[in-house]
Amino acid sequence: MTLRGHQSWIFENKPRIFGSASVVGPFEGQGPLANDFDIIHGDLMLGQNTWEKAENKLIEEAAKIAIESAGLTKEQIQFYVGGDLLNQIISTSFAARTLSIPYLGVFGACSTSMESLALASLIVNSGSAHYALAVTGSHNATAEKQFRYPTEYGSQKPPTAQFTVTGAGAAVVSKHGEGPLITSATIGRVIDMGITDPFNMGAAMAPAAVDTIQAHFRDLRIEPGHYDLIVTGDLAKVGYEIASELLKKHNIPMNQTDFRDCGMMIYDYEKQSVQAGASGCGCSATVTYGHLLKQLRAGTWKRILVVATGALLSPISYQQGESIPCIAHAVSIEYDGTN
Amino acid sequence: MVLSEKQKKQKLTPVQQEYQALAKRIEPKRTIFKNCVRAFLSGGLICLIGECITKAFITWGGFTEKTAGNPTVAIMVLLSVILTSFGVYDKIAQWAGAGTAVPVTGFANSMASAAIEHRSEGVVLGVGGQMFKVAGPVIVFGTVAAFIVGIVHMILQFNGTGAGS
Repeated sequence: MTLRGHQSWIFENKPRIFGSASVVGPFEGQGPLANDFDIIHGDLMLGQNTWEKAENKLIEEAAKIAIESAGLTKEQIQFYVGGDLLNQIISTSFAARTLSIPYLGVFGACSTSMESLALASLIVNSGSAHYALAVTGSHNATAEKQFRYPTEYGSQKPPTAQFTVTGAGAAVVSKHGEGPLITSATIGRVIDMGITDPFNMGAAMAPAAVDTIQAHFRDLRIEPGHYDLIVTGDLAKVGYEIASELLKKHNIPMNQTDFRDCGMMIYDYEKQSVQAGASGCGCSATVTYGHLLKQLRAGTWKRILVVATGALLSPISYQQGESIPCIAHAVSIEYDGTN
Repeated sequence: MVLSEKQKKQKLTPVQQEYQALAKRIEPKRTIFKNCVRAFLSGGLICLIGECITKAFITWGGFTEKTAGNPTVAIMVLLSVILTSFGVYDKIAQWAGAGTAVPVTGFANSMASAAIEHRSEGVVLGVGGQMFKVAGPVIVFGTVAAFIVGIVHMILQFNGTGAGS
């Protein structure tokens, strides 16, 4: 049985990441992880005439490169699971139109990266597909346009604000072949601590990350030391500090492991003006499928847990004074060089 | 609409209140004093530039103190729109804050940025429909405020001049 405990899945049939890709924009290319990405675009528009088309292209490219890197063609992929941040997840659905792979669109805000990977793994693990594709992407300008102000509008952002990543990440999950194993996943609950400020997503999302991390340890009956690295999706500086404090308060011995955040890894705080750090579903997707998988293959770590965090708000909900409900999904990935 | 601090607290559960207290302790605060100084300097600089342009119009353009106002505003708006188009204005604004938001340049930026942003949705629905997205409230509440001030002004004037006779 795949279900373990209350809300976790153990993938006993060893689904693995057979191919992966990460595509980013120019600003991410200036950051410290530049060498880990497959494509860095010099043009934020990606040669398109709208921001939305640019985001669509990011996602398509990531999907295509991931399929190529697995040595497959798109006809061999049974299912495509993915999402983005735009209304009605248009970028992903339009990419699915181009790819013409049977498609399941999902929305988990910035947690979509691990939500789609968990679902793709579940599909493959259950024998419902030979290959499933999980793709997630976001674009800074489309997110600003939809959730905040026009991109060129001169508003001063507070120090708790985060910078949406322009990038997409993709993974081909397979039952066979060589690649890092996806061993388990924990699906998160929606947690709302009453934070209403959309410029303070880190503080809104931190409790959701903590809840899912605790649930993961409880369901699997393990301790943080089981992993060489536990990384949250896009809490950035503020949310990461709050999450660390909460975990300490709940007596979770995080000192057994290396605890980090993707939102603090992709940009250079010294040289790039990103306030608290990075956000967007492209953040955890590009960092995981670019940087983390490369490091796993290089042997830096053997077991990692990626906890992607998402803020489930809409521009209308926060204008109406609603608080920000948040969620986090965790997926564990292992690689010992012999998989 | 916006709830007061007390009302907000009442709606929150004890767990949420405890969490928000913890979060508040960790969150970095807006640097209000620094922001004020920067707004003073940048806003003052914009006004100084405007003043120089006005003086130039009076000295070399044959304008009077009264008529030089309009062409000065036009030039300031043009400068702001050019800076917005080149993607510079928002970067200056992150540093300057209210200094670049309050003067007429900020108003021009809010309209130009919305127009550029929504050009992709067409000239009518995109540019025409969305151009006032950010600037609209300023116009609406500016007009309402002017209306109220006008009424107050009228009442005071009646009292001052008309009451005695």
